[in-house]
Amino acid sequence: METLGHLAHGFSVAFSPTNLIWCLVGTTLGTAIGVLPGLGPALTIALLLPITYQVAPEASFILFAGIYYGAMYGGSTTSILLNTPGESATIVTALEGNRMARSGRGGAALATSAIGSFVAGTLGTIGVAFLAPIVVKFALAFGPAEYFSLMVLAFITVSAVLGSSSVRGLTSLFVGFVVGMIGVDLQTGQPRFTFGMSELLDGVDVIVVAVGLFAVGETLYMASRRYAGKDDIVPLKGSLYMTAAEWSRSWRPWLRGSLIGFPIGAMPAGGAEIPTFLSYAIEKKLSRHKEEFGTVGAIEGVAGPEAANNASAAGVLVPMLTLGLPTSATAAIMLSAFQSYGINPGPLLLTTQADLVWGLIASLFIANVILVVLNLPLIGLWVRLLKIPAPQLYAGILVFATVGTYGISQSPIDLVILYLLGAAGFLMRRFDFPTAPVIIGMILGPLAETQFRRAMTISNGDWTVFYKHPLSLTLLTLAFIGLVGPHIWAYIEHRRIRGPEHVPGDA
Amino acid sequence: MSTSDQQAPPRLAVPELLIGVGLLACAGAVAWQTLAIPVSPLYSKVGPTVFPYITMAGMMILSLLLIIAALRGGWQPEDEKETPTDWKAMGIVALGLIANLVLIQPLGFTAASVIMFVLICHGFGSRRPLRDVLLGLILALAAYFGFARALGVNIGAGFIENQLNAIVDSVVAMLRG
Repeated sequence: METLGHLAHGFSVAFSPTNLIWCLVGTTLGTAIGVLPGLGPALTIALLLPITYQVAPEASFILFAGIYYGAMYGGSTTSILLNTPGESATIVTALEGNRMARSGRGGAALATSAIGSFVAGTLGTIGVAFLAPIVVKFALAFGPAEYFSLMVLAFITVSAVLGSSSVRGLTSLFVGFVVGMIGVDLQTGQPRFTFGMSELLDGVDVIVVAVGLFAVGETLYMASRRYAGKDDIVPLKGSLYMTAAEWSRSWRPWLRGSLIGFPIGAMPAGGAEIPTFLSYAIEKKLSRHKEEFGTVGAIEGVAGPEAANNASAAGVLVPMLTLGLPTSATAAIMLSAFQSYGINPGPLLLTTQADLVWGLIASLFIANVILVVLNLPLIGLWVRLLKIPAPQLYAGILVFATVGTYGISQSPIDLVILYLLGAAGFLMRRFDFPTAPVIIGMILGPLAETQFRRAMTISNGDWTVFYKHPLSLTLLTLAFIGLVGPHIWAYIEHRRIRGPEHVPGDA
Repeated sequence: MSTSDQQAPPRLAVPELLIGVGLLACAGAVAWQTLAIPVSPLYSKVGPTVFPYITMAGMMILSLLLIIAALRGGWQPEDEKETPTDWKAMGIVALGLIANLVLIQPLGFTAASVIMFVLICHGFGSRRPLRDVLLGLILALAAYFGFARALGVNIGAGFIENQLNAIVDSVVAMLRG
């Protein structure tokens, strides 16, 4: 009941005219960047970080959250019509959605994905509102040792468990740690990793890292791959209204997808790949139209994963707001926005910044309503964005990337760092290293170090604190299982099916 | 990847090996910079060097694992290997970036951006430079005024920006009476 009172207060914050306008701007911008290939919510929010010097925290977080949710809606449009998933979370949507579009049912695919996103986004936001206070009660009992162990668990899950290779994921994470440590150590004032350059004393700005990896790296990669096959846009055919049969085939997958997506997103593991793939597998198993999967496209295969994707996106906000634990690149950049206001997300955030948190949650409900309107009746507008030719699109992205980077301190050194990171981003993209762990490592690494040193100071330099506290031990054990478990499992499987069909080098 | 003979030695993957070695070099640089951090005895228990050492050790282990993977044939997916890299396109895009870096201080943001825009479009295969100049100019001005005026980001102004800022200021002054 307490939560309902908070929510009512939140709506009074979110319904102020200026905040409604920020929400509208955020959702519109979010849909646009979600539709455009090559631009994502992490990059966009990073470029807009300077706004935190200009407006109240409520306004900028309502804007960022609108972008975050909007990108999910827009991303599915691109997956369905272009078959180029903008991010890993929409791979599954492309699987069935693009087949539906090719067999003339693109309208129904877009409709089920938009309405499914609305249902899941709303359920997920309700989940955030009710789960966050409960998590806070637990989190208040956390000491530095528990926090550190929780962060270790998050590091392992975001880099080693999700993604195609734990070695490459961890490599990205450690590169992020190094970038995060550059600059003056806040506890002792010693400069670290500055190579004697005074420009590096303040550290590397997250804007530069996000823009370098996501904009410059991506542009170089796309330029290098002009010989690769190109997907063409499937023209939007068929009515946007779903038939009664399509409604009845959609609503259960929406609910199941939400139920799968939210809890997984809310765990300190995050990531939308697992829930979307899980939902796809379940819908395929339960469907009475199995013959449509992989052929003409099954509506369940769009409805379920799309719902799972949006519900898990909402779930990611729970550890972010209650523990200050970001589990996606976008959440990590939002965390740095909190830091820019001098706010430390953690268990106290819900009480000390009640206006901000509950206004933000309330604005997410409003954002969902705006987004379903933006993405169904106005879908034709967004389809037109897909026609922007690649040369001008990528050149334009880099113009904005330069403004965002050069604007930090008008120093060409920032541009040099930007281009070096862009080259690294290109190599990472080319050789299948995930980029999100770099951002997470850079933001969360220094926080983990702080907790680590705090725990060690309290324990007077005794390492055993991390495994003498039962909760801390549990978290570290989970992290260890996450790191080693999949390899042991793969080894057992490998031994079992080992036979004449042994394929070398499948690591 | 050949499926013929299990005994056939896996082929060394050179690009992947270079990445592994590069990461090892980075770990070396981390070690060098960590040793350069002066540690006050006051903080000797968990000073500013503990995390850098952990990071360095992690990077070394990971780079060795990457090198082993490279010796076993690498990890690139087949379709990545089969698509030839368009070095020329990439080179022109990189040239655009460098031009921007060199020109942004002498010419100002807008002019440098237009040059970068045209070069990147050319790299991606656009063959209508005049239209690209116009588009680049519009975008660069939109970005400049969007960031400089709305977000309050201070971007060093060049000749074009100074002229336009003067015009905008006088228009604003006129509107306010």
